[in-house]
Amino acid sequence: MRVLAAMSGGVDSAVAAARAAEAGHDVTGVHLALSKNAQSYRSGARGCCTLEDSRDARRAADVIGIPFYVWDMAERFHADVVEDFVAEYESGRTPNPCLRCNERIKFEAVLDRAIALGFEAVATGHYARLRRGDDGSVEMHRAEDPGKDQSYVLGVLTQQQLAHSMFPLGDSAKDDVRAEAERRGLAVARKPDSHDICFIADGDTAGFLRGRLGESRGRIVDRSGEVVGEHEGTYAYTIGQRRGLQIGTPAPDGKPRYVLDIEPATQTVTVGPREALDVDRIVGVSPRWCGQAPTGPLRCTVQLRAHGEEFPATTYVEQARVVVVMDRPAQGVAPGQAVVVYDGSRVVGSATIDRTAAPSHA
Amino acid sequence: MNSAVTYLDHAATTPMIPEALAAMSEHLQSLGNPSSLHASGRSARRVVEEARERVAQALGARPSDVVFTAGGTEADNLAVKGLWWARRKADPRRSRVLVSAVEHHAVLDPLHWLESEEGATVEYLPVDRLGRVDVDAVRRSIEADPGTVAFVAVMWANNEVGTVQPIEQIVQVAGEHEIPVHTDAVQAIGQLPVDFAASGVDAMAVSAHKLGGPMGAGALLVRREVQLVPVLHGGGQERDVRSGTLNVAAIAGMAAAIELAVKRQPEYAADSAHLRDDLVARVREQVPDVILNGDPDPSFDHRLPCNAHLTFPGCEGDLLLMLLDAQGIECSTGSACSAGVPQASHVLLAMGCDDAYARASLRFSLGRGSSAADVDHLVEAIGPAVERARAAGVSDRKES
Repeated sequence: MRVLAAMSGGVDSAVAAARAAEAGHDVTGVHLALSKNAQSYRSGARGCCTLEDSRDARRAADVIGIPFYVWDMAERFHADVVEDFVAEYESGRTPNPCLRCNERIKFEAVLDRAIALGFEAVATGHYARLRRGDDGSVEMHRAEDPGKDQSYVLGVLTQQQLAHSMFPLGDSAKDDVRAEAERRGLAVARKPDSHDICFIADGDTAGFLRGRLGESRGRIVDRSGEVVGEHEGTYAYTIGQRRGLQIGTPAPDGKPRYVLDIEPATQTVTVGPREALDVDRIVGVSPRWCGQAPTGPLRCTVQLRAHGEEFPATTYVEQARVVVVMDRPAQGVAPGQAVVVYDGSRVVGSATIDRTAAPSHA
Repeated sequence: MNSAVTYLDHAATTPMIPEALAAMSEHLQSLGNPSSLHASGRSARRVVEEARERVAQALGARPSDVVFTAGGTEADNLAVKGLWWARRKADPRRSRVLVSAVEHHAVLDPLHWLESEEGATVEYLPVDRLGRVDVDAVRRSIEADPGTVAFVAVMWANNEVGTVQPIEQIVQVAGEHEIPVHTDAVQAIGQLPVDFAASGVDAMAVSAHKLGGPMGAGALLVRREVQLVPVLHGGGQERDVRSGTLNVAAIAGMAAAIELAVKRQPEYAADSAHLRDDLVARVREQVPDVILNGDPDPSFDHRLPCNAHLTFPGCEGDLLLMLLDAQGIECSTGSACSAGVPQASHVLLAMGCDDAYARASLRFSLGRGSSAADVDHLVEAIGPAVERARAAGVSDRKES
């Protein structure tokens, strides 16, 4: 098969490309340039957009022995991921840019281009497993290594996209992948994992958003409406956040307070006790199904953030939205994040969290 | 590289000719620093001085005009910075540098640096649709205030689109005000007749590996009378203008390559132009809407004979390059940045092309050993590749 390997410059995508080549595929490596102003070595930035990463990807391709190119995806990335990220925060939601990048860039812009150029699949270093279902469709399952499983950020992929995807690391543990990179002579074997948002090089998300959205001061209130503090912009807050609230007035009960609600229209951040974070119903919009959309209510588990825990639930599917009713409440569920629906280890699909509701007995 | 590779990127670099390889191999084995005073040193020095005489002879210069460097980029940097500092020192009012908008980055980037660090005012000389500098604009620019011009830099022939510049006319205009002219002749030597003294330029950048010599060797021809402030300080080699131990073997290889390239130039240029015209015509049979950029007049005072710069409307040049590469056909998109991200060529933009047009372009450049079989291979592959690249372009533009 003619395979396009997306190579970030990290160890995972390098080993994924090597495995695809070793399996006998005709592999071409591509590094995606996602920033118009790539950071140089001297800036010491970490992420997927540095010149150092581009070089690391190129060196890995050399060692594997595959052709290598850099594709400039900066404009698409900026429009579909960065602008979306800023707009979501502006609306009081908490987006997941990696998920958006998979949906719009890696498995859409890149995949479409690859197919037009005559490739049959895009291979990445994501930890997830693909297998043929009984009906012949491609199923996506959680990775073998639960600590590395990335099926959550792939939950937006459709059957059409999965049919042209390849995740060679799904059956492996991260330590084994590093050891294999070492064995294959890939210099990235010991390169640290990237955790930050790649387009925010210094990791200061609030600072990045302040630069984009400007300062807009507002009040922090408790559930009774009493003002307990001030803030410099609602975008610096996420539902469930506890740190950095800068509240002057202590809570009457002396317990820590958490962000319960964000209302950009009135610049208001509402805080309250931990138990007030409980939600057991979630309304999700823009659903994406990995295969056939479920017809009736589905007993399932749901995951509400990257590397978050699983909750048993029932999912009700409507036209353009899903309603998830959980068996027990979750805390700190932020609109803008994805609810990913699983049937056992299999990913059924996902939706963007739009609204949540607290347990009615609370 | 397997034998099936069709190399059409000789303007990037071209194989060493056997004579250069032999000269270089011989001297890689000899002992001696040309600056040493003993017998071994004298022997190395003799190799360097003979090479200097041969380079000078081939290019119409005096041996004392030749300053050996580590390549074309260094030669351009030495000319640009060296002239700037020397001319400013002689008269601090000289703050303007006039440069063609289509120069190589080896000239443009040192000027950007002088602009930001040294207060230079860089004025870009416009070019027409064919990439040719407007001599009247040069005159207007100089005559606006001749006493403030530090120097003029215009390349002999453009590396991307192959347009030959009106160097003699520019020299004449600048000469009326005794303003020095630097020219980057890296692409021209071997393809066009180049005579340093007859051209009247004050400085000229030369590279070895573009014409059959080794990488890492070049020269700045600079008239003995022209003052230059050095960029590299040290042991005082090369009349104190360029310090550093001379690379004896590479210099010997370069001299052999330049001598033969110049000697063979008339026949080589005629053969190459013929093959190039064939390439363009036959690509057009496959892709009827292809556009030849640069000067369509194939005569040697208009266009480099080895250059075919083509725009394939609706294609991304870098995708087309990748598809041809997969077929064993090697060419270039023109310019690339250090991360390998293709940028729209500043040359095409200066010629008035828009961004999409500029990015839809590829440069095919012929060299020694290029044959009809290479053209056959390209002609066979180009149609399907363009079709694919266009389909990918449509997918890129698709609304998501």
